[in-house]
Amino acid sequence: MRYIFEPGFFASGPVHVALAVGAVVAITSAVVGVFTVIRGQSFAGHSLADIATTGGSGAFLVGINQFWGFLAFGAGAAAFMEMIGVQRRRGRDVATGVVLGAALGLAALFLYLGTQSSSTTGASFTILFGSIFVITTSTIPALIASALLALATVVVLARVLLLSSLSSDIAAARGVPVRAVGAAFLMALAVSVALSAVIIGAVLSTALLIGPAATALRLARSPIKAVVTAAVLGVLAVWIGIVLAYDSYYWPPAGRGWPVSFFVVTLVVAGYLLTFLRRRPRRSAPHDSHDPEHACSPA
Amino acid sequence: MTLPPTGDLLRLEDVSVRLGGREILTDVSLRIRPGEFTGLIGPNGAGKTTLLRVILGLQPVTTGEVLLDGAPRPHRDSSIGYVPQKLAIEPDMPLRVRDVVSLGLDGQKFGLRLPSRARRELVSDMLTAVGAQRYADARVGELSGGEQQRVMIAHALISRPKLLLLDEPLANLDISSEQGIVSVLARLARAEDVAVLLSAHDMNPLMPVMDRIVYVAAGRVAVGDADEVVQPEVLSRLYGRHVDVIRVHGRILVVAAPEGVEEVEAAAEDVGIAG
Repeated sequence: MRYIFEPGFFASGPVHVALAVGAVVAITSAVVGVFTVIRGQSFAGHSLADIATTGGSGAFLVGINQFWGFLAFGAGAAAFMEMIGVQRRRGRDVATGVVLGAALGLAALFLYLGTQSSSTTGASFTILFGSIFVITTSTIPALIASALLALATVVVLARVLLLSSLSSDIAAARGVPVRAVGAAFLMALAVSVALSAVIIGAVLSTALLIGPAATALRLARSPIKAVVTAAVLGVLAVWIGIVLAYDSYYWPPAGRGWPVSFFVVTLVVAGYLLTFLRRRPRRSAPHDSHDPEHACSPA
Repeated sequence: MTLPPTGDLLRLEDVSVRLGGREILTDVSLRIRPGEFTGLIGPNGAGKTTLLRVILGLQPVTTGEVLLDGAPRPHRDSSIGYVPQKLAIEPDMPLRVRDVVSLGLDGQKFGLRLPSRARRELVSDMLTAVGAQRYADARVGELSGGEQQRVMIAHALISRPKLLLLDEPLANLDISSEQGIVSVLARLARAEDVAVLLSAHDMNPLMPVMDRIVYVAAGRVAVGDADEVVQPEVLSRLYGRHVDVIRVHGRILVVAAPEGVEEVEAAAEDVGIAG
């Protein structure tokens, strides 16, 4: 046991915070992520992450907690994406080429100016790649509240989101306000990206969002099972990542722990790749395709 | 304007739809009675999908009226079942066949619901009725086109609509799946007293079960029994050009004559070739 958990792991305050906040964020990201993948909006998640980077950098420059920057820019971008209809292919192309490039360019400027004035070179790294061991205690209530808000949104919309992903026309014909539901979900996605950005960094936040969800979708058949599997995988990736990062303090180069985000992302990717080793249970396919008429005689 | 009450389930009165200056549907009037099986037949691009979307309330009309049970449909709800054109469902979509059918009951509602035995049985019965019980636990994205159609029919019927609309459900199916779907629909329409309006570009698979036909061409419709409607004069007027109706081995082929055929025929008549 003591080879896995290095001395002081369970006594460390930052570790407690990291484990707790990490779990909450992992669950939120995984649950929102399942619906993101089902709706084919991984791209939107990635765009929000890029723009959140700008927000985090801006927040750092003006001296407020980067979570507020992630959140404000992510939510603003979500509203803008909804307006220009980024779901459409043309909208995507324009957004990729122009808006995201501009956003990251601004992020570079903010980080440059910020590090010039405060001479804390660690800030750029924190914004881009996360800071789960240095979460400001005062932001914890806001982090938890945001997570609960995003989760509640997805729980309320769950059935409607599933029906819309099956066919938005069927959903619309049955009275679902498809557009408003899409906008609400995009907001939940923006919040989830901001949370994920806090713990594994803005650039990597989609890994925690999409990775466990995509893995779960390869394993689970029903919506409930997919959500639970994704949440468990997300929490495992974050917790094991935290343990390894803590341990790595004793790895070379000595006295400088490796970043948590590296471990988390590596675990997420490894988990996804592992699902390809598992042979998928196929239905007895060949004769099914002929679709014989069993239930009734021809009219 | 209120129309006198009739026994019609669905009534379209002089419906026209104009989109971006182009007339998609022109003065479409039709009636569907409860439990009736109607084929919405016509070539691709004739306006079949637009007509179905008008009935569903997804496409606003430019002029005209759509009445369900003698009154405008107040809000979109589950009173009309809808099976859209070929769905693109990814194989990793975490929806089993039974989940899809269950969404047909209350997929439009917010919040979660607890599973219940009654619901499970209702879903199973519906799957049995469409002959899809064998793959109830398969993911819907892994099914063949014909299997998916059965599942979507179960999804549409489980909320007990009075009217079921299907957009090209037979497209891209092999012949045995095609016959399977048609016979399931015909049987359920009678058993559940659901009116069916089904669009198709080929009327032949539907001939044994169709009560009436709505033929669409160039945004206009001709309505009636298949024998009345599928006539060269009627269809030629609809298409705005000469059309032949050829009956061979019990199948009906609608063939547009090449441009200028009128003159050729007239000339042929002159020399006594054509009758």
